Amino acid sequence: MRDVAIIGVGLTKFGERWETGLRGLMAEAGLAALQDANIGSDEIQMVYGSTMASGRFVGQEHVAAMLSDQLGFKNVPATRIENACASGGSALRQGYIACASGAVDTVVVGGVEKMTDVTTSEATTALGGAGDQEWELAQGITFPGLYALMARRHMHEYGTTEEQLASVAVKNHENGHKNKYAQYRKLITIEDVMKSKVIADPLKVFDCSPITDGAAVVVLAPLEKAKKYTDTPIKIVGSAQASDSLGLAQRESLTEIKATRIAGDEAFKQAKLERKDIDLVEVHDCFTIAEIMAMEDLGFYKKGEAAKAIEDGETRLNAKLSVNTSGGLKACGHPVGATGVKQAVEVVWQLRGDAGDRQVSGAEIGMTHNVGGSGATAVVHILKRVN
Amino acid sequence: METAPASSWRKQNASYNLVGNKCEKCGAVYFPSRIICKNCGRESKLKEHKLTGEGEVYSYTNITAPSDTFKDDAPYTVGMIKTIEGPLVEGHIVENGKEVKIGAKVRTVLRKMYVDGDEGLIHYHYKFELV
Amino acid sequence: MAGIVGYGAYVPMYRIKVDEIARIWHESADQIKHGLGVKEKSVPGRDEDAATIAAEAARRAVFYAGIDPQEIGAIYVGSESHPYAVKPTAATVAQAIGAGPNMTAADLEFACKAGTAGLQMVMGLVDSGMIKYGMAIGSDTSQGKPGDALEYTASAGGAGFILGKDGTIADILATTSYTTDTPDFWRREGIGFPSHGGRFTGEHAYFKHTIGATKQMLEKTGMKPADFDYAVFHQPNGKFPTNVAAMLGFKPEQIKQGLITPSIGNTYSGASMIGLAAVLDEAKPGNKVLVTSFGSGAGSDSFVLEVKDEIERKRSKARKVWDMVAKKMYIDYAIYLKTRGTIKLK
Repeated sequence: MRDVAIIGVGLTKFGERWETGLRGLMAEAGLAALQDANIGSDEIQMVYGSTMASGRFVGQEHVAAMLSDQLGFKNVPATRIENACASGGSALRQGYIACASGAVDTVVVGGVEKMTDVTTSEATTALGGAGDQEWELAQGITFPGLYALMARRHMHEYGTTEEQLASVAVKNHENGHKNKYAQYRKLITIEDVMKSKVIADPLKVFDCSPITDGAAVVVLAPLEKAKKYTDTPIKIVGSAQASDSLGLAQRESLTEIKATRIAGDEAFKQAKLERKDIDLVEVHDCFTIAEIMAMEDLGFYKKGEAAKAIEDGETRLNAKLSVNTSGGLKACGHPVGATGVKQAVEVVWQLRGDAGDRQVSGAEIGMTHNVGGSGATAVVHILKRVN
Repeated sequence: METAPASSWRKQNASYNLVGNKCEKCGAVYFPSRIICKNCGRESKLKEHKLTGEGEVYSYTNITAPSDTFKDDAPYTVGMIKTIEGPLVEGHIVENGKEVKIGAKVRTVLRKMYVDGDEGLIHYHYKFELV
Repeated sequence: MAGIVGYGAYVPMYRIKVDEIARIWHESADQIKHGLGVKEKSVPGRDEDAATIAAEAARRAVFYAGIDPQEIGAIYVGSESHPYAVKPTAATVAQAIGAGPNMTAADLEFACKAGTAGLQMVMGLVDSGMIKYGMAIGSDTSQGKPGDALEYTASAGGAGFILGKDGTIADILATTSYTTDTPDFWRREGIGFPSHGGRFTGEHAYFKHTIGATKQMLEKTGMKPADFDYAVFHQPNGKFPTNVAAMLGFKPEQIKQGLITPSIGNTYSGASMIGLAAVLDEAKPGNKVLVTSFGSGAGSDSFVLEVKDEIERKRSKARKVWDMVAKKMYIDYAIYLKTRGTIKLK
């Protein structure tokens, strides 16, 4: 396997993009990525497109070919990757493998989701397919419901409080406030979260990531050829993925995403790095409890200790470890198929020193963590600035 | 969401009566049933095994923002139930005046889960009731 | 001789008071409570219907009987609120108790007496030796049109009885029926609420048939009202069974234990069967019980039962009717409408 670098990134503004459809979002992020990589459409050799439920949201499947077509690529192989909310991270990993293997040199990985063309309850139904349709969704157990079951158990076992859950949202809005691409740029307080509408208790609407339109695209190339396109290639030093039972009930624990732990350990092993080496992490905070568990399962905190640390501000921008500098899924938004790719875009910007007001000072190594469903898939990438 | 008649019919034993299965080789009990035992793989010896439906609340939540199918039913409570046979089982906890809390004992009842519009099928399913 | 080997009853937990319904329609609650002899009625949850009520009663009956459900050869569910016009409730109940597939099942309808009609059918099958055990269930989630007099009483509940020859807790000594074509109460296909003949439902319907079947029974068995420890009459309200008992020469003490309607309303096909279940909850070996049902349209089935020693051994397995009556949660009229699906949501 050869070294692979991200040579260009592109992102759309996340949010309610009433004026733009699925293909518009893809093209917007794709064009930005091609310009950023300074690469011609005719130079791209392969495409991975990720979307979780475009068929449910807008009736369109076959999105990788659409992405390739919209970006003017020349009849290249284009493949859709679907792994629920981890579709983007999984697509990035497939692109990484294709490039690292030597099969192709230049790969475009694009994630997209157009979610606002359906009602909230229709979106809830579509997202419910990320869990076990027959035994969870068919019993009215929504996606927030699954994370609520985890949250309740986490609170029971470790004394985690609703205020601590809220502190995750407050921190992520602080970061989103500084990100022009974020869906929500408003600062919020613990009280705002606590008083927001209950969705599936103990989770309230401000504990949940929103319904978002958006797309993210990255361009990959072998590290040895990356300098042809960019002065600041970002090397992928770890790429790992793990799965677990589809249904929450069949897991070993409700308070741990085991797939995260396995993928995280493997990524650190590949990168030959320690937890303390990481300058920033984009974790999958689809719900506030998910960020708390992710910090534990990725090994940054012991089980039961992350909530207090987050509440104490240890994961705020430029504190002990900067977490979700983009605003995370919570504030930046969560267009499900795009999220895993967007996480990489944010880390790339940070490692290049291009993150403006939300720049993590001296950032050299960053990590992305993307989860599918209630934890049936986890994908972890570690990215490093190449000097 | 309309459900194909056969799709709820084929899981009726499980959805009415909590029939799962048990591997005679290693003793693992599964709900819902599996074709391949997680421990024994291709050596699996799985036999039908009915859970009693008794257990206790392991976790729970009150759902106030439901999916389309359930939008007229909210709020409702769903629980993760630790059955006495071992498996965790997800299900509704029906209102019966008792307080839902972790550790509370439950048993099963048969209730309507959802109805496919005015003309479609009525889907019956186990739910849990606090004892 | 066929007898009861197990029984189970089920009454939903929700209640609405007559006062609350009367408040909506500006009626005098006191007059209605006095006139009908009913103070509140049971209401099924949004996720309950005649099938779930029948299944719950059936499961309790199987538990009480302690038999293998595979030995049940027939299940009949009587109801005027079968969830489907076409698709048998009885098959759902059979599946839910682990009975079948080698058995017969059917849904019955004869207004409020479809459950006791099922009892007679099962008796025939058991006595003839065609089946070892059979179950008859009466279960309803009856509806009264908002504002109609029926709204004060139409309630939900059910009871099921497993009949067999061995291990009986009560033997059925005799049964009689009395049937005519009487237009006292009806519901046409596809119509949501029943219609009725108002005061015509009394003398020529309820009383004529209930008295007809009961008198026939007394003649057939040579028994007198005083010979019975308990009597249960169909109870569309609290008044009719009290009056018919007096007319036939039964004392208030004889009907007290089985008179449930004043507390939970009229459970239609469930009513006389829940009454019988309540009697069995406390009856002693040797006790004699008279049960006469009534179904509009119209007919009555009467039964005489003799309680056996076995009842003492099984008594602890019963979920008692009066405990279910006491376990309740009041709802207001708005929640009642939502629960009954009367609010138009789409």
